[in-house]
Amino acid sequence: MKLRVNMIACAGHGVCAELLPELITLDPWGYPLLADTPVPDGLADHAKRAVAACPTLALLADDSLAGPPGVRRRGRHSSRA
Amino acid sequence: MTTISLARGGLPRLLAGLSYDHPSHLADHERTYGPLPVVGRRFIDVVDASGLTGRGGAGFPAGRKMRGAASGRGAKVVVANGCEGEPASSKDRLLLTRLPHLVLDGVEAAAMAVGAADAYLCAHEHDTELLARLEAAVAERDDRVRVTVTGVPGRYVASEQSALVQYLTGGPAKPRYTPPRPHERGVRGRPTLVSNVETLAHVALIARYGDRWFRSAGPPAAPGSMLVTVSGAVCRPGIYEIELGTPIGQVLGRAGGPAEQIQAVLVGGYFGTWLPAGVAWPLPMTHAALKSAGGALGAGVVIALPGSSCLLAETARVVRYLADEGAGQCGPCVFGLPALADAMADLAYHGGRGRALGQLATLLPLVERRGACRHPDGVTQLIRTALRAAGEDARQHDEAGPCPGIRREPLLPLPGDDQ
Repeated sequence: MKLRVNMIACAGHGVCAELLPELITLDPWGYPLLADTPVPDGLADHAKRAVAACPTLALLADDSLAGPPGVRRRGRHSSRA
Repeated sequence: MTTISLARGGLPRLLAGLSYDHPSHLADHERTYGPLPVVGRRFIDVVDASGLTGRGGAGFPAGRKMRGAASGRGAKVVVANGCEGEPASSKDRLLLTRLPHLVLDGVEAAAMAVGAADAYLCAHEHDTELLARLEAAVAERDDRVRVTVTGVPGRYVASEQSALVQYLTGGPAKPRYTPPRPHERGVRGRPTLVSNVETLAHVALIARYGDRWFRSAGPPAAPGSMLVTVSGAVCRPGIYEIELGTPIGQVLGRAGGPAEQIQAVLVGGYFGTWLPAGVAWPLPMTHAALKSAGGALGAGVVIALPGSSCLLAETARVVRYLADEGAGQCGPCVFGLPALADAMADLAYHGGRGRALGQLATLLPLVERRGACRHPDGVTQLIRTALRAAGEDARQHDEAGPCPGIRREPLLPLPGDDQ
């Protein structure tokens, strides 16, 4: 799983950085800075919760990439299609 | 009027039909270039083989872009982008005002190739005279595609391809979040090819003379010709057609050569690259060469900055303009670009306190690659290359104060400047 932000939709609520501080920090203006790595398996549930909690639905999980060691899941549509 | 050069590598190509005082009508046009042949899906292979890349700035392979749109389902749409948001560029306007049928041939050929019945030809909405002339040019023709001439708001980001698509679908002329990209879901949800008008003009010639003819100009890895808008301290500023791969020094030579001693050259426009004169002179005009020099070829803008101007002050002024021209959609752009503009103004005009360079170094990574479109990235590239080209001068500004160059009249053109 990989996270990305629709920066047009993001209003800088900062909920994601509270729920997933391991991968998301905030810039000086309150907008999320995402770690440029796939979500490790151990954090997948936290990441999903952060995605679900975003008030503007700006945080997106890209399911086409599995976490390390990079095993591709099959039979799912990539949101990047 | 000249005739088009069919000799290997001969120029002019696009500009062969350019007359001195009037737009070319359909009969003149066909006399110069010959009639447009009927093409089909296989024409995309020819465009692929030609090696043509987009002339709007990004330089994406034109054939691949056409294939992307063609492979979608249902009826396709072609959008010809003639908005030319780049203030220092006027080559697209030249094509639209003087050689409209070359662009319209390109629209028709691209539409036949990708399977589109509808096309839009976009130019700035305030340019009502141009829009009326384009309507008249469309009316002169018996096209296989229905072409709608459309005025688009004149903001810098309005001509970004997802912004055009959104505008033509009835939304605001602002970039939208991608994916989906226009070739996947474009105008009214249909697969859409968005191409710069110069790219389409080349397509019109490739349809007539083929890929091998196209490749006979320019180096094998960057074939063809391109239009450049040359300005600044040169003797004959203007629009020239050059072979790709022409060294920048020779491009300035085509424009009459330097009018004063040159310290740096801005290539690619306001999302482009500052190069010190010594680096610029031998550098070939190709995407690869500009990329290896830390920049981008952009839409063919070349501006020669004289030694008596201040590169930092010129950049600060353009960065302020670009900060005001954002779509106002993405936080890092909304807050980051004005902060960058402040820091650049601080460095250029109020230096001497030794803090502006540090401020810029902090801000640049907070803005880069964080917008929905590439607008903020263009600004950071302009600043990074300005700092590199200014070199010791930038440190002098920051620590000792501004150079005498800030007193010189600004040279880089911005909309609203007195012409």
